[in-house]
Amino acid sequence: MKFGILINEGPYTHQASDSAYHFTEAALRAGHQVVRVFFYHDGVNNGTRLSVPPQDDRNISERWSALGQKYDLELILCVAAAQRRGLLDEDEAKRAGKDGSNMAPGFQISGLGQLIDAGIQADRLIVFGD
Amino acid sequence: MASKKFLYVNRKAPHGSIYAQESLEVVLIGAAFEQDVTLAFVDDGVYQLLQNQDTAGIGAKNFAPTFRALGDYDVSQIYVERESLEMRGLSKEDLMPLTYEDEDDDWAEKDSIHVVSSDELADIIEQQDVILNF
Repeated sequence: MKFGILINEGPYTHQASDSAYHFTEAALRAGHQVVRVFFYHDGVNNGTRLSVPPQDDRNISERWSALGQKYDLELILCVAAAQRRGLLDEDEAKRAGKDGSNMAPGFQISGLGQLIDAGIQADRLIVFGD
Repeated sequence: MASKKFLYVNRKAPHGSIYAQESLEVVLIGAAFEQDVTLAFVDDGVYQLLQNQDTAGIGAKNFAPTFRALGDYDVSQIYVERESLEMRGLSKEDLMPLTYEDEDDDWAEKDSIHVVSSDELADIIEQQDVILNF
């Protein structure tokens, strides 16, 4: 089965990103395909490389990066949602005249069209939110 | 590729959180993909369609006028759950008029908003391929 994943909440405050991670990891491990993981609303905050959680807790963005690398997974932050919330890759930071970028490895910035495209391509689009 | 049926379920009030505003952004972008698009408004989501919204007091952007553009984007299937309206003391007359021009009927202007029961909405949800829940 081909899954698309939409994550609408940021890390730690809500369980959405954790649930999405466990679902995605289990689906891939079982041999399913995940066409794209799309981060929207506060979900874009999952893509920061600057989060420093306590050592006895999970590191949600690092965990996504590792899963992305292991399965060559598309991790996409919505550009408009990311700009609002200060999630910038190097190109966006330069364009906006900001002094740094903060995107974690494996994440990319793209448009909402990628979410619609995931809905079209996937057999099931699964929404993780509040 | 055959088009899919996309349903956007709007459950939250227009202000107090950003979900409604950002959901509308998805609908407008998605409209360019030539899919079959339906919108549903349930629970506090019905407040998104209230007439005469004024956000000056909270200093937030009033995006309600954007709903009026939906007809131009060929988004003409808008369902509002009757029970959600009634529970909040609202009726269709409290909602902003949203219309579209029907190309199959000599571009006659028609109402996009349909007030439906919870059971009818369940049937509409059942018919969809992709459901985005905001």
